Amino acid sequence: MSEFRMPSLGADMESGTLVEWNIRPGERVERGQIVCVVETQKGAIDVEIWEAGTVERLVAEEGQKVPVGEVLAVILGDGEKDEGGKAEDDGRETPAERPTPEASQAPSPRAPDLSPPPTTATPDVASSGVRLRISPAARRRAAELGLDPAGVNSSGIDGSITLEDIERAAQAAQGGQSTRAVATTDAHAAMRQAIATAMARSKREIPHYYLGNTLCVEPALAWLETHNAERPVTERLIFPVLQLRAVALALEAVPELNGWFVDDAFQPAEGVHLGVAIALRGGGLVAPALHDADRLAPDVMMAALRDLLTRARKDRLRSSELTAAGLTVTNLGDLGVESVQGVIYPPQVALVGFGRIAERPWVRDGQVVAARCLHASLAADHRVTDGALGARFLTRLTDLLTEPERLWPT
Amino acid sequence: MANLSRDTLRETVIDAILAVAPEADIDALPPDRPWREALEIDSFDFLNILVDLEKRLGVSVPESDYHELATLEGLIDYLERRLAG
Repeated sequence: MSEFRMPSLGADMESGTLVEWNIRPGERVERGQIVCVVETQKGAIDVEIWEAGTVERLVAEEGQKVPVGEVLAVILGDGEKDEGGKAEDDGRETPAERPTPEASQAPSPRAPDLSPPPTTATPDVASSGVRLRISPAARRRAAELGLDPAGVNSSGIDGSITLEDIERAAQAAQGGQSTRAVATTDAHAAMRQAIATAMARSKREIPHYYLGNTLCVEPALAWLETHNAERPVTERLIFPVLQLRAVALALEAVPELNGWFVDDAFQPAEGVHLGVAIALRGGGLVAPALHDADRLAPDVMMAALRDLLTRARKDRLRSSELTAAGLTVTNLGDLGVESVQGVIYPPQVALVGFGRIAERPWVRDGQVVAARCLHASLAADHRVTDGALGARFLTRLTDLLTEPERLWPT
Repeated sequence: MANLSRDTLRETVIDAILAVAPEADIDALPPDRPWREALEIDSFDFLNILVDLEKRLGVSVPESDYHELATLEGLIDYLERRLAG
């Protein structure tokens, strides 16, 4: 018997709102499966479970705000039998047993913000008689809005109607004066607040030191052009793949920068998972982890990055992506700046920043030539490392990006 | 396809840009200014726009021609030429 709890999806997260369950009691769950959606300051997140078994019962209800660490569901591990649950209880008062009005397992009372649907019933079956594919959260929202989901365009992966579709339809119906506009403003304000908290903490607690290097990327660009030459657009790599790969390999060589500063001590990360800073259109920033960046072949890495960018901007990130990164990479080059001196994302201990690729005078074999160059920077936590170690990392990173054949040695 | 008017071509290009950057104010964009920077189109967005344009127009842009696409007018000129050729 194990308890699936509200995960901490960032150092400053206190609670999250359970938006939707993807599992039902009696269902089997696998390690890594996405079992629910939780709304956080960073938007809605797909939450994974890390223990296989069978769902014994769902403790939290959809719509309920749940503090970090509180029980969301009870999972029966493989080989375990349901022996009444309480029989195994060791008497410790766990949050699951604590009778709070919100955590009630009875179907009612519901959380206060989840008023019962208005009288306009929203049938699962469209007037055509075909069963409507719609997520539970979308159905409930449609009911609240008094909207018939049968007429709503669906954008879900499996053709189902999502919460966003309902909000969009409601907004269209109300000529833009909708709750979505308010919700979006709230979401932006919440994300702004989350960024403010993390960055203020970073500058308050972390004594940053900064190092930088300008490097010539002509060989790397030539490598990229050769790689992409015969490929259709859909299979091409973008330059950030090379940058991320170089950072991952440099981190392997200098693992002291890959991890977290927790309880006054450095805790190294297991594996090289790189946070990728992604600016969101309309404002805000997320830095989800690209897992195992040191082990991915070029095309696999591009696919992983594509998936991450697409989900960060249009869909949802996963809980493991919000906490796994041991170092974050930010690339502001596309926005036209030469260099970035970054702010470390706590509890991480370093951040790598890239500026734009631009032609500069470069000395090669005693001659000044025009060459495309790039500025790479490192911001690191002086409590954990010193400049000499940071320099070793940045030199390694520079070498890798300057000699691209070392990125994926055959 | 070769008979696509320049205006239609422009509309197609704008549609493809708006598909990845819905908030982009393309009318406010000076025609000779690099559009990617001005509209905050990163390399991933740019790739997606090329994928979209290939789907709409059947023109595949090799990476070695990217430098011709720096301005919006340049991009339209390039596509016009490729469609005519």
